[in-house]
Amino acid sequence: MRTLIIAEHDGQYLNEQVARAVTAAQHWQQPVDVLIAGAQPDALSAQIAALQGVNSVLVASDPALQHPTAEHLADIIVPLAANYNVVLAAHSAFSKNILPRVAALLDVNMLSDVLEIVNTNTYVRGIYAGNVLATVHNQDMTQVLTVRGSKFAVATGGGSAEIKAITTSAAPQGSRWVSEAFNKSERPALTAAKVVVSGGRALGSADAFAQVIAPLADKLHAAIGASRAAVDAGYAPNDLQVGQTGVVVAPDLYIAVGISGAIQHAYGMKDSKVVVAINQDPEAQIFKIADYGLVADLFEVVPQLTAAL
Amino acid sequence: MKALVAIKRVVDYNIQVRVKADGSDVDIDGVKMGINPFDENAIEEAIRLKEKGIVSEIIAVTIGSSANQDILRHALAMGADRAMLVETQETLHSLGVAKIIKAVVEREQPNLILLGKQAIDDDAGQTGQMLAALLKLPQATYASQITIADNQATVVREIDGGTQTLVVNLPAVITTDLRLNEPRYVKLPNLMMARKKPLENVPLDSLNVSLTHNVQQLKVATPPARPAGVMVKDVHELLSKLRSHEGIIA
Ligand SMILES: Cc1cc2nc3c(=O)[nH]c(=O)nc-3n(C[C@H](O)[C@H](O)[C@H](O)COP(=O)(O)OP(=O)(O)OC[C@H]3O[C@@H](n4cnc5c(N)ncnc54)[C@H](O)[C@@H]3O)c2cc1C
Ligand SMILES: Nc1ncnc2c1ncn2[C@@H]1O[C@H](COP(=O)(O)O)[C@@H](O)[C@H]1O
Repeated sequence: MRTLIIAEHDGQYLNEQVARAVTAAQHWQQPVDVLIAGAQPDALSAQIAALQGVNSVLVASDPALQHPTAEHLADIIVPLAANYNVVLAAHSAFSKNILPRVAALLDVNMLSDVLEIVNTNTYVRGIYAGNVLATVHNQDMTQVLTVRGSKFAVATGGGSAEIKAITTSAAPQGSRWVSEAFNKSERPALTAAKVVVSGGRALGSADAFAQVIAPLADKLHAAIGASRAAVDAGYAPNDLQVGQTGVVVAPDLYIAVGISGAIQHAYGMKDSKVVVAINQDPEAQIFKIADYGLVADLFEVVPQLTAAL
Repeated sequence: MKALVAIKRVVDYNIQVRVKADGSDVDIDGVKMGINPFDENAIEEAIRLKEKGIVSEIIAVTIGSSANQDILRHALAMGADRAMLVETQETLHSLGVAKIIKAVVEREQPNLILLGKQAIDDDAGQTGQMLAALLKLPQATYASQITIADNQATVVREIDGGTQTLVVNLPAVITTDLRLNEPRYVKLPNLMMARKKPLENVPLDSLNVSLTHNVQQLKVATPPARPAGVMVKDVHELLSKLRSHEGIIA
């Protein structure tokens, strides 16, 4: 049997997480194929083919796949699945929208955000906002899962997989893509950044968030993150939310500014290598998971830190 | 139109659960339980659509033990019209839940089916998409805005990097994100009134759903704690500490 990975991309760039999923897929010790679906996926197909550990790249190319719906992608993946006993992707808003649909159409269970692959059908994953690690066994004929990208290394280049076109089905009628609004930024993507500077409710306004957090992030070439409280208050856009119900990050350095460290936030950042917390409350939870804690008024010390870099 | 909202009873989000000494499962004996936060957003949204005259009837459904009646009462007190408990002691995963809700949908024929985007206990985030697949219906997940007109829903979805807008034909399955709305508080008189609203107990057997039990939890453990950190006195000391880690800052 074979393993199928679903590739994520934005039409221009291949998501870095794909190369991490390729590493995760090696656990089954069987050929690994990667499906890429898009309007013009040829250049990206070549990038996937160059990843070590990929056998073939399956290319679904169709103008209707410019902004594919979950329904359309599931209709493409499900017929392929007969040849695969493992279907996986890196965990993201893209994959977690599609793979449960695929699993249900195959009448199998799915495991989300797997942290560790113990063997071919046993996994470790977080439950209760990552406060508990569960080891789960799945006896289904087809293993469908998403994996936490940061737990797996990026597959190296130098490979030369075969590239094959596959036929696509017409887009289902029931749903239609209308538009997308991305928060444009010159900064690295949150999940790929080596350094993340996150701001919380304490910033108090969108202006303060921009004036205090952004310069520090600029100096560190960091991505910007935020707590849910900061996002809900409109200080930062929703896609910057770090946590159980936002993005999970694991950078080399995570700086939490004016964030209390609720379990839902901690879930999204506690795998960071080095955590710095700046908070004026010495009792704040965030200090329990920080490597370096500074009890201070953020409006005083963050500009100092920025200036000193 | 009829709206069906699936709600789950979970450990309160403020509580840090513990693992049983034998590692067989989490210990939730006597722990405060409540409605899954996302599901409360789903109920709230259905009520707002009813207040706008778009939805005519709201049915809240939950699957679990008889203890689940409390969240159904909560949903009724918020403004749902009737409630349904599919009673079972079985441990279910998202696929099983989706199969049961499918049977309820086939019975009730709602035009709008709302679920939370994820349950905060299993953190699976699958049931809505699975339900949509089983019903062969369109799906719109992670909704932060829902507008209904002409038997279509325009849904703004929270995705990585920004938002996406989809139009889905109804009936459809929509899963809710926290920023969709702010759920209303339940006032005591409403809780009293909710006692008069219908709460139906539907035996799982009567739905003729065949469930498999292919996923088993083998054990649970507490994740290793991060090593204790140190407090620094000022920015200077912080910088020198950070510089001691190779390559982290220039
Ligand atoms: C279902 C659910 C899902 C959730 N998902 C997420 C999630 O994904 N991500 C997330 O982040 N949260 C999430 N939350 C919310 C979470 O529980 C917390 O409410 C939130 O993380 C708090 O954000 P905060 O730390 O910015 O705000 P607060 O808890 O209000 O903390 C602000 C901190 O700033 C400090 N402070 C104030 N002024 C200053 C100053 N001048 N200088 C320095 N420090 C100062 C205070 O001491 C305090 O510790 C979720 C909640 C629920 C119920
Ligand atoms: N036992 C249940 N009863 C009713 N609804 C449920 C149940 N389990 C899950 N759901 C619904 O499915 C959503 C996603 O759950 P999950 O796939 O477990 O993360 C929840 O937010 C609920 O709306």
